Amino acid sequence: MGDWMKEKDMAGQEQQQPQPRDTEVEEEVPAPPEPAEGQASASTQGVDDLLDEIDGVLESNAEEFVRAFVQKGGQ
Amino acid sequence: MTAGSESALGGGLPAGGAMRVMGSETEYGIHAPAAPGANATMMSARVVQAYAQVTRLRAAGGAETRWDYTDEEPLHDARGWTLERGQAHPSQLTDQPPVLDAEAVALAYGREELELDGEDESGSLLMNMVLGNGARLYVDHAHPEYSSPEVTNPAAAVAWDAAGDLVGLAAVRRLASDTELPAVNLYKNNTDNKSVSYGSHENYLMPRSVPFGDIVRGLTPFFVSRQIICGSGRVGMGQDSSRPGYQISQRADFFEAEVGLETTIRRPIINTRDEPHATADKYRRLHVIIGDANLSQVSNYLKFGTTAMVLSLIEAGLAPRIEVHEPVGALQAISHDTTLTTRIRLLDGRRVTALDLQWMYHEAAAKLAQDTGVSDAVDGDGHTHAVLERWATTLTQLDSDRAAAATSVEWLAKLSILEGYRQRDGLQWDDARLGLVDLQWADLRPEKGLYYRLLSRNRMQRIVDDADIAAAVTEPPSDTRAYFRGRCVSSFSKDVVGASWDSVIFDVPGYGRLQRVPTREPLRGTKALTGGLFSRHREAGPFLAELLGSAPAPPQA
Repeated sequence: MGDWMKEKDMAGQEQQQPQPRDTEVEEEVPAPPEPAEGQASASTQGVDDLLDEIDGVLESNAEEFVRAFVQKGGQ
Repeated sequence: MTAGSESALGGGLPAGGAMRVMGSETEYGIHAPAAPGANATMMSARVVQAYAQVTRLRAAGGAETRWDYTDEEPLHDARGWTLERGQAHPSQLTDQPPVLDAEAVALAYGREELELDGEDESGSLLMNMVLGNGARLYVDHAHPEYSSPEVTNPAAAVAWDAAGDLVGLAAVRRLASDTELPAVNLYKNNTDNKSVSYGSHENYLMPRSVPFGDIVRGLTPFFVSRQIICGSGRVGMGQDSSRPGYQISQRADFFEAEVGLETTIRRPIINTRDEPHATADKYRRLHVIIGDANLSQVSNYLKFGTTAMVLSLIEAGLAPRIEVHEPVGALQAISHDTTLTTRIRLLDGRRVTALDLQWMYHEAAAKLAQDTGVSDAVDGDGHTHAVLERWATTLTQLDSDRAAAATSVEWLAKLSILEGYRQRDGLQWDDARLGLVDLQWADLRPEKGLYYRLLSRNRMQRIVDDADIAAAVTEPPSDTRAYFRGRCVSSFSKDVVGASWDSVIFDVPGYGRLQRVPTREPLRGTKALTGGLFSRHREAGPFLAELLGSAPAPPQA
């Protein structure tokens, strides 16, 4: 686990580490287009593991960070 | 022009397959989280400046030089005319150096005084560099852009394009150590998801004798469908992402025309900008603007490799006879369907999927490559066989084993993370965290960039070794004129005052005027042709004297 796990946000506060969810939230999300249920479950462990890592890497305030990413035109 | 005929491209490369002079041009998204309103052109100039400082640290005396604008011709149209300057959109005038002085710098950050240690003698910031690897790093509109050196094959295209990401990373690191100004992030993506797009272009050298109409007909169905192997994936539908969802391509929704000169407005599937940057009556440099920027090496490899092969088909007059009904709509319909089942209409009445279209091109390309011998596993050109195999494998996996395809196809790899979040946390497509995953996928910092997190877990396949990419940051390709350009910059930087795709300009003490060495043949200036010259001379004067065939002692001014 590198230093980036402790990276501070711009307000100088420790980044909030989202708690790993151990309960699957089952709701009325439309089924993803991929039919590959079998393949998905085969690699579920790896994906969960990966998501836990990404939780620690993602910028802390998603809403604000995404909103502030404004580019000028390019080619 | 089949059966073992020599390519017209300098007579050096085998024709009929995936080898061709080509290059990439990547505009990076740029963002300072601590200063969201900062001027983008200014920040981009800081990126170029920061890299100049990095190279000065790396090689005493520097390893970069200025760009020579003499041969830029952004208003030349491949269809045979030139746009009047007065009618051009200001963003099309790319042949004049932008001027940015210290005052503009200060104003951009709302400060009156600002110490600029990277400032040059004239008081202006360096906006434009030629690198020791033969690439160009510069400010294009409001983005830093890395244009790779010319290479001859798709694996090298991947290496020198990925080297650009390391160049950007080095600049990001340098700026992060600046205590005065806010840190800057770079993103290898193509949209801010708020209606703005910026490009990732490819260029391919072709004989000028190929009629442009053949290129348009042969490429359009291919470009409409190739996104399924090299799209980077995007959260959001429509130019402004007003509709929630996920689509295959970053760029598809920003295209509005079939053919045209513009690259910033009314973007066309086939771009007609005609700046050969080489002997103009022999070559055309096809400028491709429809691609997504790729971090996935396999997607990038296939983007260059398959496109090069389709151009070989067009040159041979053997492109599949297919015409897509309303190509712009078809491009977007395909991008919007991650199940790959959407059928688009051909003018002959057939309805085909993007996979069908890709297989048609694969079949034709495989046949031409076999007939010319370039795809032979042993005696071929050493590249085409691998491209054909990888292309077929990827298409097969997209059809029947998407988990396997997700280790190579960029939009599927990104989708696997997004679906993980959607399932684990029950997120809807308009949730900001999914937008953040999309954005942060492309962050150049390996500790932050989600692509790099997957790569470090070996969940993404590699085409080239990390060591080769690292070497490509400083070393030019050996088999194009980029070798000569790059070695001039790294060996004689204090005497090289400018360079461009087709020239290197020296200012050597003792010569009365600048010496401009033209490099108009892309397959000359190679290591084989000029390597000895570089190893024989440490000083620019004798080097130039031998190169230009004059007496070893330069004339007195």
